[in-house]
This record gives sequence, C-alpha cells and structure tokens, in this order.
Amino acid sequence: MTVPAIQIEDLTKDYPAGFLNTKKKRSLESLTMQVEEGEAFGFLGPNGAGKSTTMKLLMGIIFPTSGSAKILGRPISDVEMHKDIGYLPEQPYFYDYLTASELLDYFARFYGFSAAERKARVEKMLKKVGLETAGKIQLRKYSKGMLQRVGLAQAILHQPKVVILDEPMSGLDPIGRREVRDIILELKRDGRTILFSTHILTDAEMLCDRVGVIVGGKLQGVGRPDEIVGLKAQGMEILFEADTGNAKTAAILAKAAKSGSRYALHVPEESLYLTLDELKAAGAKITSVAQIKPTLEEYFMHLVEKDRAQAAAIEVHGK
Amino acid sequence: MSRILSVALNTFREAVRDRVLYNLVFFALLMMVAAVFVGQISLGIESTIIVSLGLSAISIIGLLIAVFIGVGLVSKEMEKRTLYALLAKPVRRWEFLVGKFGGLVLTLTVNTMAMAAGLFLALLFVKHSFEASDATILIAVYFILLKIAIVVSLALLFSCFTSPLLAILFTAGLYVAGLFIHEMRNLSGSKVSPAVQAFFSWISYILPNFENFNVMAAAAHGKAVPGILILQNTAYAAIYCAIVLAAASVVFSRRNLK
Ligand SMILES: Nc1ncnc2c1ncn2[C@@H]1O[C@H](COP(=O)(O)OP(=O)(O)O)[C@@H](O)[C@H]1O
Ligand SMILES: [Mg+2]
Repeated sequence: MTVPAIQIEDLTKDYPAGFLNTKKKRSLESLTMQVEEGEAFGFLGPNGAGKSTTMKLLMGIIFPTSGSAKILGRPISDVEMHKDIGYLPEQPYFYDYLTASELLDYFARFYGFSAAERKARVEKMLKKVGLETAGKIQLRKYSKGMLQRVGLAQAILHQPKVVILDEPMSGLDPIGRREVRDIILELKRDGRTILFSTHILTDAEMLCDRVGVIVGGKLQGVGRPDEIVGLKAQGMEILFEADTGNAKTAAILAKAAKSGSRYALHVPEESLYLTLDELKAAGAKITSVAQIKPTLEEYFMHLVEKDRAQAAAIEVHGK
Repeated sequence: MSRILSVALNTFREAVRDRVLYNLVFFALLMMVAAVFVGQISLGIESTIIVSLGLSAISIIGLLIAVFIGVGLVSKEMEKRTLYALLAKPVRRWEFLVGKFGGLVLTLTVNTMAMAAGLFLALLFVKHSFEASDATILIAVYFILLKIAIVVSLALLFSCFTSPLLAILFTAGLYVAGLFIHEMRNLSGSKVSPAVQAFFSWISYILPNFENFNVMAAAAHGKAVPGILILQNTAYAAIYCAIVLAAASVVFSRRNLK
C-alpha cells in the first residue's frame, strides 16, 4: 500500500470577518480527501466554494484553523517537500520588472540547478507554454492569458511529482485552453499527480480520473466523473416524428416536447416498450432511443441547489 | 544560503529597475552646486562645509530610501500576491525575509558608496588634495550605513504586521526617538515621577541607540575616530538587526497571506 500523494484530514479554515475581525467566517469545513499517486483529481465547485483556500493551505500560504494535510507523506509545514511540488496560484501575478525568462531563471535557482541547466529548462518551458517569442518581454506588458502561461511554466519547471493548479484554464482563449489541456494530459502520461480546480465541468470531465465537488466549504461527493453521474436515477429518451392530424397520436404528443419536426419523450426505463408499442400503433416514426445520462453539470447544479442557502451566502462574500 | 542570496540579488535587481539609484543624480547636482558655491566664498572652511553637507545628504537620502523601500519590501509582495509562487518554492519564510533585507542593504551600500565617491570628488575640487585625516569621512559613511541597516530591519519588522503607512510612521518614530536616548536616560532631577523615569530608562534600551553613530563633526574637522568605536558600532548594529529580523521572522512565519 503506497501513501497517497495528497492526504487531507479534517482541514478547516476560518477567516476573520465582520467589524474589527471579531467574527469568523468558515470557508472550509472538515475537508477529508485523498489524491492517489499518478491521479488527475479535479476539484469542482462554484466561485467561493473553498477550492483556492484548500490549495493555499496545502502550499503553506495560509494556515489551517484545525486539521492537517500531508503531501507525499510529509506534513505541509515541511517546506523542503516543495522541491517535489509545483503550484499555479489563481490569477497569478509575478514580478513585473522581470522578463519571463528572468522570472523562470530566478525560480529555478531555488531548486539548485546549475546555470546551464537553468538556461535549458527555461527555454524548454517557454516553448512548452507557447511563449518562446515573448521570453524577453517584461511581465508588466503581459496579458492575463500570457501570465497564466508563465504561471504554468513556473509550476512545472522542476518536473515536480505533484502539481497543484488553481483554475489553470481561466483567462485563456479556446486555443490556450486546449494547449493547457494538452500539457495536463502530458503531465498525466508522465505519471505525475495532478490536483486542479475548476468551475468548468467539461474540463474536469475530459481530464480527471476522479473529481471532488465542493460547495460552501463542504465536500459534497468524490468519484469518477461517470460514477458521480451514474448516481442519479436514469430514464430513456425517445425521439420520433409523427403526424399531428392523427387522433391516436394526440395523447402521446401532449406528453412529448417538440423540437423542429421531431418530438422527444422522456419515459422511465420500465415503461419503454409499452410506449414504443403505443408509438408504433400511432404510426410514429422512431428515430432514436437513448438512455438519459445526467451530465456532470446537472449533478453539479443539483448539489448547488441543495446547498442554495449557503451558496447565496457565498455570493455575498465572493468577489 | 544560496536561497537567501537569490532573493537578495533579485531585490537588488528590482531596486535598480525601479530607478531607486536615480537619487544619485540629485546628490551629484547638490555636490556640484555646493563645490562651486563654496569655492567662490573661500573662507578657509570650504572642506568643512562640503563634508558636513555631503554626509548629511548621504544620511538623509539613505534613511528615506531605507524607510520607504524597506516598508514595501514584503508588503508589496503580499499586496500583489507575487509571494504565492515564490513561497511554493523550497524557501522558508525567514530566508525570504533575510534575503529581502540583504537585497536592500546591498542596494543602499552601492548607493552610499557612490555618494561617498561624489563627496570625495567635491572635496578634491575645493581642496585640490586629500589628507590622511579625510579617512574619517569613510568611517562616518560606514556608520551611516550601519544606521541605515538598522532602520531597514525595523521597517521590515513593522511591515510584517501593520499597513505600510503605519509601518512608515512607526519606523520614523522609532528613529526619531532613538535620537533622544540620552535625554530619556537623564530624566532624573526633572519634575516627572519615578515611574515615568523608570519607563523611559527601560525603553531607552529597546530603542535603536544612534548616539555613537554620529561622527559627522569629527569627520568635518578631520579628527580621528577611536578604533574601538568602529568595533562597538559594528557589533551593536549586527546584534540589533539580528534581533529585529528574528522578531520579524516569527511574526511573518505565522502570518496568513491574503
Ligand atoms: N483572505 C480572505 N479573507 C476572508 N475571506 C476569504 C479570504 N479568502 C477567501 N475568503 C472566502 O472564503 C471563501 C472561499 O474562497 P475561495 O477558496 O477563494 O473559493 P474558490 O477558490 O472555490 O472560488 C469565500 O467565501 C471567500 O469569500
Ligand atoms: Mg478560487
């Protein structure tokens, strides 16, 4: 049994709030979860759910109110373990008086690489994130998307075993998103452990071995993307074309939804054949029969609705 | 050690790129005007005026940079969130602090050396030659640097737990208070109560004591400074900075970044 790459136990974070910081606002509530070695784990949740808080706790940028966490079997307070970790902060911002090459070279120094090695790595990373022509431009002139790319480059510069990415796709155009997706897939192929947060479900569906859904500071569920979706009761969807003038079809058509020349009918699995028979009798032309799978998005919305009161509170505090 | 050095060198690079050293232009102009002007009046005290003026300017410019840049060293990185990526590297918070301190002290050393060179040029212009006693000017410059280092450490400490504006006020306040150490220790005989006297005498040992750092008069008149004073001041500044930086590290290491 190998140790999990990231092991979080009962992690709780309160932020001071209110007049003169006399009150406390719980942003993360007893989070317990694990990310296995070599796994790509998607941390899903709406804005203000506590995703960034969790990642900042893991990186020692803020400190937990209670609970603990280990990365690669070592407590998060152990800064030396950062040798094996890469972190992309949310909406990253870097020293604007440096160029991208200078910044990466500066960061590379903390890993003890030789000058030649630093140079080679910096070049390679700039190329990887598509900034090879912008390496000599000061970061103050960078767009948000370019900063995001630099952020990704500095996170994977030292080939870390564990990569923690806070909203890696935000601020990017469709091409940028695609490139970042490819980089994450490559990291995955290399066997690195990836924890990334997003509020965009398709990204998570495409990249993750497992996802954890967090709302209002509480973890609502963890599982494989398809597993999580499979949790909900399913039904069948029948698409058909039919004659509106037919008296026999009228009863069925009343239940169906019309889109263009077609009708769609949702029925429970057990009454599928009965309905098909009825449609056949009415002379309808059946074009497709398919299982209804709720998307991750629907599951997500379902959880968010469940937690609506809390979500509303988050909106007030959120940006 | 190499981590601290990396942070320090980057801090120096930042100061250079943010044009901190441009103050040298102002100093150069001041020295040129003074040299020409003093050369005109020629009362036999030209070099005294040049040295006093030059050392005062070196001290004031250095202190201003120490306070204003010193307070921003850490708070700017917290404010702009540039610290997030850096602290994710294998670097401890105290190493970052010490590196920042070292970087600004390095910047100020370069800056002060350049100003001292300017002062000697101005002196050469009015006197046409140097004497051995002019070496005291170098000692005065060195003491100013020690003083500046202490001020940087204080600015750093305050910026670790208050807003930049308050940190500037506190640092400046402590510096000014440090100029009145002598008075605080000699309150006896005045009308204040013994409790207040005890308080001030106690506090006078916490405040930075710059009494022995001012050898401007000796430098201006070409008098020698005892070697033991150099040793004593160096030790005082080193210990004072170490204690203040240790305190700053304790505060900063517990701080939740925003
Ligand atoms: N520095 C802070 N001070 C006070 N509250 C904060 C701070 N940072 C985050 N929060 C609050 O904590 C909650 C979680 O925030 P965050 O972790 O950033 O969410 P997410 O990354 O999932 O969007 C939010 O309600 C947010 O307002
Ligand atoms: Mg976030």
